[in-house]
Amino acid sequence: MRILIIGGGMGGTILANNLARRLTSELKSGKARITMLSASDRHMYQPGLLYLAVGRITPDELYRDQASLLEPGIEFHVDPVTEFHLDQNEVLTKSGKAHSYDILVIATGSRIVPETIPGLAENCETFYTEDTALKMFKRLREFEGGRVVITVGVPHKCPMAPLEITFMLHDYFKDRGILDKVKLHYTYPIGRIHSLENVAKWATPEFDRLGITYETLFNMKEVDGEKKVLRSEEGSETSYDLLIAIPAHRGMEVIEKNGLGQNGWIPTNRHQLNMEGRTNVFVLGDTTNLPISKAGSTAHFEADTLGENIAGLVKMGTPVKDYDGKVFCFIEAGKDRATYAMFNYQNPPDPKAPTKAVHWFKMAYNKLYWVSARGLL
Amino acid sequence: MAERKTIDARGSFCPGPLMELIAGMKMANVGDELEVLSSDKGSATDVPEWIKKVGHELLETREENGVWHIIVKKAK
Repeated sequence: MRILIIGGGMGGTILANNLARRLTSELKSGKARITMLSASDRHMYQPGLLYLAVGRITPDELYRDQASLLEPGIEFHVDPVTEFHLDQNEVLTKSGKAHSYDILVIATGSRIVPETIPGLAENCETFYTEDTALKMFKRLREFEGGRVVITVGVPHKCPMAPLEITFMLHDYFKDRGILDKVKLHYTYPIGRIHSLENVAKWATPEFDRLGITYETLFNMKEVDGEKKVLRSEEGSETSYDLLIAIPAHRGMEVIEKNGLGQNGWIPTNRHQLNMEGRTNVFVLGDTTNLPISKAGSTAHFEADTLGENIAGLVKMGTPVKDYDGKVFCFIEAGKDRATYAMFNYQNPPDPKAPTKAVHWFKMAYNKLYWVSARGLL
Repeated sequence: MAERKTIDARGSFCPGPLMELIAGMKMANVGDELEVLSSDKGSATDVPEWIKKVGHELLETREENGVWHIIVKKAK
């Protein structure tokens, strides 16, 4: 059984390691083979970008060598896929190689597309790549006061990031002693300040207490960089001195170019995680079109399910369980307090008041992530 | 050519049915119809509220076996 995993992010890496341990004897006997194709020889801890943007970590702390994270027996190539030929069970790569498979897993992730809003890319700071997060931090260092607008596009990766960056900016400016010169204003696409109702119920009085103003039902339409004004699809506008954006995301271009899914999101079965209409193609993490959070924990829990199911297919010819929609997100509520939200398709979250203990657990998880990526946690 | 697309947001707490619709609206063409399936009764009020504010068209809202079907048309 040839298992081919496309993408070396969190989902692909956890799945590969999970499978390598479940299929140790099959890998040794040659009954199974696991191959991973990735666009990079490095693995980034993407949640770390939030901390880079406020000067809490340095860029080198974000990375490990991808090969060092993988179990022995996993064949790893830095050679991104350019063409998917699903009817032939084959992909072609940038280097011109063909890889055939019995089971294909697509976990190519997502990317920001600020260029889809006129004026946004040129006039905002963001933190979804190393370069932009570092640029944002340097801009924050130079900022001496004014109106800071945090605005949110749809869809976006990490549903807690809008709240987290807002709370962290509040504490950043407070620590610099310029909070009295800063006005934080937050916009959000729907009629409350977070998609999760219980998270919004907790965060709204926090915003009120900290003097953070907000406008809901606000979807970015355009940015006028000369007038320093952000306008919404709903007809309102807000001025800014510093614009922080959580830009809309799309899946990777290779997905859309190969006709696998509009905007790079692949239609995916919500329980079995197979690509709709295909029984030997599975999709993980941000790449799915599922109506759940685009977050590392989503990819993690999906990978756990898929690991069991693909091992079941190899050993017994049948998958063994359904993905239940589980997501777990830490929520940083400033520089030293945090809470969390855990939910699935059936049960909404019920976040508790933030504590220092949860914040320090998040700090610990930032290091434990590398154990998680190895599929051990 | 206008078409109807289904957005199956049942069981979606985050990002939730309205965010799924906003994302789906971006991918649709003017004149397309989108049918949102939601298991959250709040969608029956918050989707029409947004549709009205942004200027799209609400065609139908109905509930069947605990699932709300909200059909809207992209107007601009």
